[in-house]
Amino acid sequence: MNDQAEPKERIGVYVCHCGSNIAATVDVADVAVWAKERLGDEGVVITHDYKFMCSSLGQELIERDIKEEGLTRVVVAACSPHLHEKTFRTACARAGLNPYLCELVSIREQVSWVHSDRQAATEKAKAVVAGGVERVIHNEPLEPLHIPIHPATLVVGGGIAGIQAALELADSGHQVYLVEREPSIGGHMAQFDKTFPTMDCAACILTPKMVDAGGHPHIDLFTWSEVVRVDGFVGNFTVTIRKKPRYIDTDLCTGCGICWEKCPKRVIDDVYEAGLGYRKAVYTPFAQAVPKYPVIDPENCTYFINGKCRACEKFCPTDAIKFDQEEEFITVQVGNIILATGFDLFDARRVPQYGYGRLANVFTSLEFERLCNAAGPTNGQIVMRDGVTKPESVAVIHCVGSRDRNYNNYCSVICCMSSLKFAHLVKERTGARVYNFYIDMRTAFKDYDEFYQRVLEEGTIFVRGRVAEVTDAARLPSEDGKLIVQVEDTLAGRQRRIPVDMVVLSAGLEPRHDAKAVAHQFGISCSANGWFIERHPKLDPVATMTEGIFIAGTVQGPKDIPASVSQGAAAAARVLGRINKGEIELEPVRATIDARHCSGCRICNGLCPFNAILFHEDKMVSEINHALCQGCGTCVAACPAGAISGSGFSNEQIMSQIEGLLLFDRPVRSRHFSAV
Amino acid sequence: MEQFEPVIIGFTCNWCSYRAADLAGTARIKYPPNIRLIRLMCSGRMDPTFVLKALAEGADGVMITGCHPGECHYLDQNYKALRRVLLLRRTLGQMGIEPGRVKLVWASAAEGVRLAQEIGHFVEEIRDMGPLNWPGRLAAAHVNGNGNGRVVMPALSEMESVGD
Repeated sequence: MNDQAEPKERIGVYVCHCGSNIAATVDVADVAVWAKERLGDEGVVITHDYKFMCSSLGQELIERDIKEEGLTRVVVAACSPHLHEKTFRTACARAGLNPYLCELVSIREQVSWVHSDRQAATEKAKAVVAGGVERVIHNEPLEPLHIPIHPATLVVGGGIAGIQAALELADSGHQVYLVEREPSIGGHMAQFDKTFPTMDCAACILTPKMVDAGGHPHIDLFTWSEVVRVDGFVGNFTVTIRKKPRYIDTDLCTGCGICWEKCPKRVIDDVYEAGLGYRKAVYTPFAQAVPKYPVIDPENCTYFINGKCRACEKFCPTDAIKFDQEEEFITVQVGNIILATGFDLFDARRVPQYGYGRLANVFTSLEFERLCNAAGPTNGQIVMRDGVTKPESVAVIHCVGSRDRNYNNYCSVICCMSSLKFAHLVKERTGARVYNFYIDMRTAFKDYDEFYQRVLEEGTIFVRGRVAEVTDAARLPSEDGKLIVQVEDTLAGRQRRIPVDMVVLSAGLEPRHDAKAVAHQFGISCSANGWFIERHPKLDPVATMTEGIFIAGTVQGPKDIPASVSQGAAAAARVLGRINKGEIELEPVRATIDARHCSGCRICNGLCPFNAILFHEDKMVSEINHALCQGCGTCVAACPAGAISGSGFSNEQIMSQIEGLLLFDRPVRSRHFSAV
Repeated sequence: MEQFEPVIIGFTCNWCSYRAADLAGTARIKYPPNIRLIRLMCSGRMDPTFVLKALAEGADGVMITGCHPGECHYLDQNYKALRRVLLLRRTLGQMGIEPGRVKLVWASAAEGVRLAQEIGHFVEEIRDMGPLNWPGRLAAAHVNGNGNGRVVMPALSEMESVGD
């Protein structure tokens, strides 16, 4: 505090009545008069109380005083800064004062609305104003950061959300790098047979988009590839992509398919066929794969195992087989990144009482999708595990691994509708009796409930209750050779044992097993469940807290295809807006290291969750990248040398605010307040 | 005797607890006027010297509030605040100041009621402890000829009552 010295700044203090919202509890006129008298030594030259400071007249009052009284700092005591900070900063800017020299202190949300004793509230309001005045003296003029945006975009994950995002961007004429871990794009949707509620064939609607993405002049497709390194920051990321060796020269390969015809090694396909079908050691996951080039799986290829065979190489008409191919690392520059890495299916083995993996005719939802799919292992025949017998009765169990405190508390959103779809397909293809065991039917969204009505009318039997057990231990002759579903029918209020031939477990959605590692790599965060956290759950569902990183589809949480497509498009729109503007403006609340005081101890390096602090080995000092820094201030608090300053929240500002808040008198004894 | 009215400084996180305080206001939830809040961007910004400064300037207690573990707006900086608070409380104990005068509270932006309740409880806790009177102690240190400005340590017997 500058007690005797002439105050450096000319400060204006404006106390808002907010109608009666503040004035009813706080004596605003008294606060204004007091501020001028007691804070005059601090530089307060003018104070006003006014009915509505946020009104245009209130703002003009500030603007006039800045111009006529030569104010260099402004304190407004009104509502929360989250409501009107921008309003008053803009008013100051209009009058030629740097907007960051204006401080809004809350005497409504934090005083008049939460206290009832007028005298105590008025005293607290004075303390709050004094805190604001002491703080604003140390405010520094700041300028927003302008970051140029590289026009290319990285999309990670080639499922429907990623494909949609990539196409939206590429169709607008901007370069996209689409990275997919599997040999083909398409994601989970490519494995499905039909899509609810319209029962379009998934391949029919997905394949054209895959082909578009595969052949698009503005999309560089990296399949069988992974992102291994992300450097840089919004506007200018440097991304390193590892291209796993396909052992196929894609410049020569025509995708004719002779190699996998001739390959003698048959392998169970755990990924695309969900373990129900086979592929060869050289394969494309499915007929419509994009790109059309196969990959050789070295773990199963006879040549890689014992050095003999090379049948594919012998028969390849274009000599495209390259057993000596090595992994490649490719570096690309992008301005923004969209993560659409999808979900993993809940492993139904984790619910032992449902018998998956132990009882042959218990299937998971993904297996059942493959059974129904005309291109699947049974050519679309719904048959039991023996591959020939058609079931006469089928049970579909909802909420396996979802809405269950033993596994995941959340609702997986899609399972009710996909279970209804299964019921419909079983009816249509086999005429079998179908049971659906559900807890609640959740068929929100367009045309979904109509589909439920339709399945009801088709004669599917709905039993409300969580299934206790699926067993093959018969108690009655009628149960012999069947799977018995033991359930409490909560509508009938009794236990039931229902014998069926086949059980389908509608397994829930889970975050990818490596979601946490991916989140760490891109500097974003996961919820407790493991889904990526959006910037705002309602108002900003596709952005993340890290500038330049967006999310789309089921990485953000369980959702169906229309919602994933919407998010893919939404994320693309957000990126496009930035590309078109060419730059973004960032709040200048950032930390800065004064290299003269930095001792090079590197304590701050490990504290930054955004990897914004770079250590210069040559100069032995750390430096903060302002585009990466989010302004949390943890490093500022940690620096033992005091070399780091946090603009907008500097030590001087906070220390002075503490002094201001404690400048005068203790709180008046409150008479009427009662603790909650 | 008149009831002791403590002065408490509260540090809030811009993203959760400051918004919780806003929400308490919007919902007109009442809590005692003894607390005065300072907005930080994150509980991780909380420099322990801020707490010492507040206590030295006349506050009787300091409340630090942040996002719940796992919900930090800046990924995990609230854990760093937690570590600092634990160390700081131990240091305070060694200085002869009740560690209970510094309290860490997690409050999400939705927990206006909870924040108000915590403030109410904390005011009562500090009220029971009585005035800190740090400036007074400093002055006493000077008067007693301990001119180096250090706080005079209380006797060991006094310290035994200190604890959590």
